[in-house]
Amino acid sequence: PVGGPCARRGLPERSVPHSAMVCNSIHWFRKGLRLHDNPALLESVQGVDTIRCVYMVDPWFAGTSSLSINRWGFLLQCLEDLDTNLRKLNSRLFVIRGQPADVFPRLFKEWNISRLSFEYDSEPFSKKRDAVIKKLATEAGVEVIVRISHTLYDIDVIIERNGGQPPLTYKHFQKLISQMGPVEMPVKMITSETMGRCTMPVLDDHGDRFGVPSLEELGFNTEGLTSAVWPGGETEALARLERHLERKAWVANFERPGMNSKSLLASPTGLSPYLRFGCLSSRLFYFKLTELYKKVKKNSSPPLSLYGQLFWREFFYAAGTNNPKFDKMEGNPICVQIPWDRNPEALAKWAEGKTGFPWIDAIMTQLRQEGWIHHLARHAVACFLTRGDLWISWEEGMKVFEELLLDADWSVNAGNWMWLSCSSFFQQFFHCYCPVGFGRRTDPNGDYIRQYLPVLRGYPAKHIYDPWNAPEDVQRAANCIIGVDYPRPM
Amino acid sequence: MKQNRVKQKLGIQPPSFVDKVNKRQMTGLVQDSETSNISCEDWGNLHYDLILHIFQYLPLVDRACASSVCRTWNKAFHMPELWRRFEFELHQPATSYLNSTHPDLIQQIIKKHADHLQYVSFKVDSSTESAEAACDILSQLVNCSIKTLGLISTARPSFMNLSKSRFVSALTVVFVNSKTLSSIKINDTPIDDPSLKVLVANNSDTLKLLKMSSCPYVSPAGVLCVADQCYGLRELALNYYLLSDELLLALSSEKHVHLEQLRIDVVSENPGETQFHSIKKSSWDALVKHSPKVNIVMYFFLYEEEFDPFFHDETPVTHIYFGRAVSQQMLGRIGMNCPRLIELVVCANGRHPMDDELICIAESCKNLTAVGLGECEVSCSAFVEFVKRCGGRLTQLSIMEEVLIPDQKYSLEQMHWEVSKYLGRVWFPDMMPTW
Repeated sequence: PVGGPCARRGLPERSVPHSAMVCNSIHWFRKGLRLHDNPALLESVQGVDTIRCVYMVDPWFAGTSSLSINRWGFLLQCLEDLDTNLRKLNSRLFVIRGQPADVFPRLFKEWNISRLSFEYDSEPFSKKRDAVIKKLATEAGVEVIVRISHTLYDIDVIIERNGGQPPLTYKHFQKLISQMGPVEMPVKMITSETMGRCTMPVLDDHGDRFGVPSLEELGFNTEGLTSAVWPGGETEALARLERHLERKAWVANFERPGMNSKSLLASPTGLSPYLRFGCLSSRLFYFKLTELYKKVKKNSSPPLSLYGQLFWREFFYAAGTNNPKFDKMEGNPICVQIPWDRNPEALAKWAEGKTGFPWIDAIMTQLRQEGWIHHLARHAVACFLTRGDLWISWEEGMKVFEELLLDADWSVNAGNWMWLSCSSFFQQFFHCYCPVGFGRRTDPNGDYIRQYLPVLRGYPAKHIYDPWNAPEDVQRAANCIIGVDYPRPM
Repeated sequence: MKQNRVKQKLGIQPPSFVDKVNKRQMTGLVQDSETSNISCEDWGNLHYDLILHIFQYLPLVDRACASSVCRTWNKAFHMPELWRRFEFELHQPATSYLNSTHPDLIQQIIKKHADHLQYVSFKVDSSTESAEAACDILSQLVNCSIKTLGLISTARPSFMNLSKSRFVSALTVVFVNSKTLSSIKINDTPIDDPSLKVLVANNSDTLKLLKMSSCPYVSPAGVLCVADQCYGLRELALNYYLLSDELLLALSSEKHVHLEQLRIDVVSENPGETQFHSIKKSSWDALVKHSPKVNIVMYFFLYEEEFDPFFHDETPVTHIYFGRAVSQQMLGRIGMNCPRLIELVVCANGRHPMDDELICIAESCKNLTAVGLGECEVSCSAFVEFVKRCGGRLTQLSIMEEVLIPDQKYSLEQMHWEVSKYLGRVWFPDMMPTW
């Protein structure tokens, strides 16, 4: 009969008599690709005999999805890392092809499952999907454990405290946050001790049936592919966290860092993709930051600005959670209806870094090559596409970022694009970023341009941001004629 | 009496109505409800004023549906009062996500309502076809008395793709026939001097507002002609090259009403290409003497090295917007020579802090109530000093967080509390999301 000893949640392992019935659990990884601070997984292993950690991939073939090789590569590395770490716990990761609604009923039967766990995902599409899975689980007599650990707070509580609506200005959001209780502590890392008597039977052909696929198997051409600038995985994420904190401590400066040309380059302490995939727990980051601040600043209270990166993320999750149209203009109650121009040709030039504005093109090139660009670079290209120059819809820009940007997820990506195109989250005044001037002021020497647009290497700093204005002899000396070797500005 | 009864009953479905409709469907006749003997309430019997009043609350689509219900409602739908205001939306699917006004509706308006139209605007997308379609409609507005006309390019200046003659001939149909034009918005169009002459010849008594920024075929003489004859002109928007001493003097002549707003766009496409002339202080003085409350709004889209001709003398500008980077010296001159300044927005000013310039502005511009700073740099101390001197009169203070540089005296936290104190309200700088 269903509803054996592990049907009741929260009972400590030993207090329940060991019945003849075997308890098998599935932990479903979606985001939250980590073993540290994973309360759903932690609870899932309590009092069960086996646990299988699954990840579903659908669509399987790269050709049918619009995500770039960098995005897939990062994800696969995250899965490999999980698998490696699970192996140390005598377990494995099960990568399964297919749609959850089709796959789960089959797995519940085949593996005789009595418990399913996963980390709560606040996005509307996920909530809908998870409601379906919960129903299927209940019908199959499977207990469901869902825990919040992708965000610092329970998003629904934030909304409740605001009268049922998400805060639509960041200032208001900060005020609400300052009135919320403390952030919950991250839970401990899963260890062999935590696993206890829980084991994972792994068959010999696991690799073939459930192994992490390679990029080639997904249909990518990996010829000439260099190693990723942003390597995926929990192990890498935790190492980066340490380096990030070390650097902050060394500088003893928690203020906003100054902007220079180096800031534009990928940093070995950058954390945003790891937060997005959940390789790094946002709560762990929050606590480590707090701890460090108190240590360096002798126990004074940390300002809200210390957690800027984390709070912005939280803000957009809250803004999107009850709005399925959050990523659209039409039908989106918080989005200004703007008569954007429809121009696929112009959009393509922007997406491919062929606008003829070196600042814009270098940024889009870095994005395509590496999967990450600095947030000011994002402002620059978003402004150029939408309200600044091309007057093309932010939805188009959002789709390109979704394809190429490692840390873009539905809520944060859509939210940022609406903000940057002046479509929502009103503040009083938005200034325009000049596609020539802004770059010049950020990196006067033009090193960033030379790195990502080698064709312009020969240009002196004076002309590199607007090479079309350079006299002919300068263009010839640089071995790059505008209109021939590099496009004229669009 | 009957009207009151009907008003009270509104919102309740009168039982006889349904029967009546069924009866009509069966007989195929459309009975004039007013001649029928049925004494109880009939929706079709509502007084026209009432139907009109209700229809005014309905969007056009719903009104159109309602108009097919019965003859009375249909008649109401076509009453002139409902056709005073119309916005033609002209979009092509290839260039816009928005829907166009249906061509049948456009035809119906031209056929039945052209002479009812008074407040008309055209919104066109980036395609030339849409601009063409607008001209087509304009050419047919012959028997009309339009008061307000707006041509709005929502994405790109598509009217500029049309031949000047095509555009001008369409527009002058309205200029000649309306004779009561009071407000005209024709930014980014190929309007020219001769057509302005036609406008003036027919509408000089009524013209109050003229917006023609970025109209490259107009010359200073063309604008002067408008100023010389349209004494009721209250609002004018144009590009700097059209501004002249003569124009300002003409606007200040005795016969002229007070000018309320003068908007001037100072634009340079390529650095060093345009030479900007200066305006004499005496001309500005004359304008302000004649219209003491006039708002003079200047939008600057120049390169840093092009600001020299401006603000060496006292200039009565009230609203200044720098769309691109502005030179340090120019900011300094604002502090010296713009005593009427109300609003200042600086998009960018290079990597030098504008501490001194800001404090000077606080001292000299006693009417300053709104400030916006984008890609600038100001030390926290100087900013606090600035706010202290302006005090609570700063009702709008939009400063991007990156602008403010912490120093010995103030961290960002301390600065924002000080600023809040001097403003008399809780204040935070504006933030852009960090990812």
